[in-house]
Amino acid sequence: MTPEAIHEKLKTDLGDEAILEFHPVSDKNRDAWVSVAPFEIERVCEYLKTTGGLSFDYLECITGVDYPDLQKIVVVYHVYSYTQRHRIVLKVFLERDDPAMPSVVNVWSTANWQERECYDLLGVLFEGHPDLRRLLLPDDWEGHPLRKDFEEKEEYHGIPTVRPNPIELYKIQIPGKEEKAS
Amino acid sequence: MSEVIFTNEMDEEMTLNMGPHHPSTHGVLRFIISSDGEIIRKAVPDVGYLHRSIEKIGERNTYAGYMPYTDRVDYVAAMFANECWAMACEKLMAITVPKRAQYLRVLSCELNRIASHMIGLGAMAMDVGAVTPFPWALRERERVNDLIEELCGARLTYNYHRIGGVSFDLPLGWRDKCLHFLDLFDPAMEEFDRLITLNDIYVKRLANVAVITAEEAVDWGLVGPNLRASGVDWDLRKADNYSVYSELEFDIPVGTGRFGTVGDCWDRFDCRVRECRESSKIVRQALDKIDEHPEDDILGKLPKKLKPDGEAYARVESARGDMGCYVIGKGAEEPYRARFRTGSFTAMGIIEAKSPGLFLADLVALIASLDVVAPEIDR
Repeated sequence: MTPEAIHEKLKTDLGDEAILEFHPVSDKNRDAWVSVAPFEIERVCEYLKTTGGLSFDYLECITGVDYPDLQKIVVVYHVYSYTQRHRIVLKVFLERDDPAMPSVVNVWSTANWQERECYDLLGVLFEGHPDLRRLLLPDDWEGHPLRKDFEEKEEYHGIPTVRPNPIELYKIQIPGKEEKAS
Repeated sequence: MSEVIFTNEMDEEMTLNMGPHHPSTHGVLRFIISSDGEIIRKAVPDVGYLHRSIEKIGERNTYAGYMPYTDRVDYVAAMFANECWAMACEKLMAITVPKRAQYLRVLSCELNRIASHMIGLGAMAMDVGAVTPFPWALRERERVNDLIEELCGARLTYNYHRIGGVSFDLPLGWRDKCLHFLDLFDPAMEEFDRLITLNDIYVKRLANVAVITAEEAVDWGLVGPNLRASGVDWDLRKADNYSVYSELEFDIPVGTGRFGTVGDCWDRFDCRVRECRESSKIVRQALDKIDEHPEDDILGKLPKKLKPDGEAYARVESARGDMGCYVIGKGAEEPYRARFRTGSFTAMGIIEAKSPGLFLADLVALIASLDVVAPEIDR
């Protein structure tokens, strides 16, 4: 099915309150995407997976993107169907101050680790996730590094996170630099 | 979390810590295992020891400048992350890649797939106790490394692909060397089969161990050889026909359950062995067809400044399966967001679910058969 047809089917069966906008393939959006209301995501995903003709059985990727200028965090789902061989992209726009949404672990088990990673790096809270702990970073890490306003601390448990620039440290003369200055 | 409690009673659970420096964990992985004697009640993976914030680095580099970093996503098969990043950027900026460059990509990637599978197979055999196949496999891998070194100058982190093409054309005489290697490699795989794949002890050790059914594999997002070993006939090279794979003939090895159940550890091993043969077939065909395209036409037309606005998601079939790269540009020289979806990451997710009831020694076989590479999990 084409993304347009998938969107039509979603819209007629799930209604306007769940399926918000549709962006077809363009120079800007190389993959067509559908924006979904945050608290409808589990219903939409369940529908995508179980409906004949759609049967999206493979959740490829969950990505979180931070947009401080819009005050939003966007969670992007790339889904694919092995039997129908079609794809669709879902986007969920969350408030940046309170990024919370339902988990889709019950639909695709693979969401388990991907949601944990998204929580770890962007601080999105997936409600209903069985084990929402940090995955890649240490348990006592502060902040979520993929947020645009994340500031790196100077040290972590006495381990410095910045190294002095070796060029300045060893007073290496870069040829050509003096000539430019003079 | 990792406190070890020993008690005298037989039916008490014991908490064991495995890793992060356990030799069978293929890098730095850690498991916290709760076991009843030798039987695992639950094994919880603890990853992140090799997290190098690849995605954050991506936001601070230019599109072209990020290419060497993508090598480090999966250092055993660096070509694929290179190709994936290049393809994502090309999709985003609508750049066409010359045919010759695409053939060079196929050549380099398939050779890299052989090298990567050789490590995976040899290490898996060693993990379950057969030491000899490892140097045998490494011998083949060294030959591939020599070829790739001649092609791009590096043996591990290649940085060979470019946005719009590749960096170097074939060196003089490379073709013959490559054909010579393949002539040695095909019989070497026959030998490898006799040595280990069909070895009675090895088959008995791995058949029916840690069976992953097709439904589980799909549900947990397993990809690549792990998925195909469970009996799902799906390969991105065929399904998406990206690059020039539609012009090449090859088969997709699928798990057969020859000695046990479809989707057991032996099937995953066997799938990789057969995939190596298919790769060898692809390389031969690509070497034949590459000269139909003019020499040195290896880089497409790029815009003067790489400052795209928009987003794209590209996929390649890497040695560990479907690798995806999602790139968002916002009109700056640096990407706004760069994301890698890797096969090992989802493969690790299934271990916690599959571990209950396994023997401790079979957990090692399961990890090895999924062919996870630690940097690809942690990125």
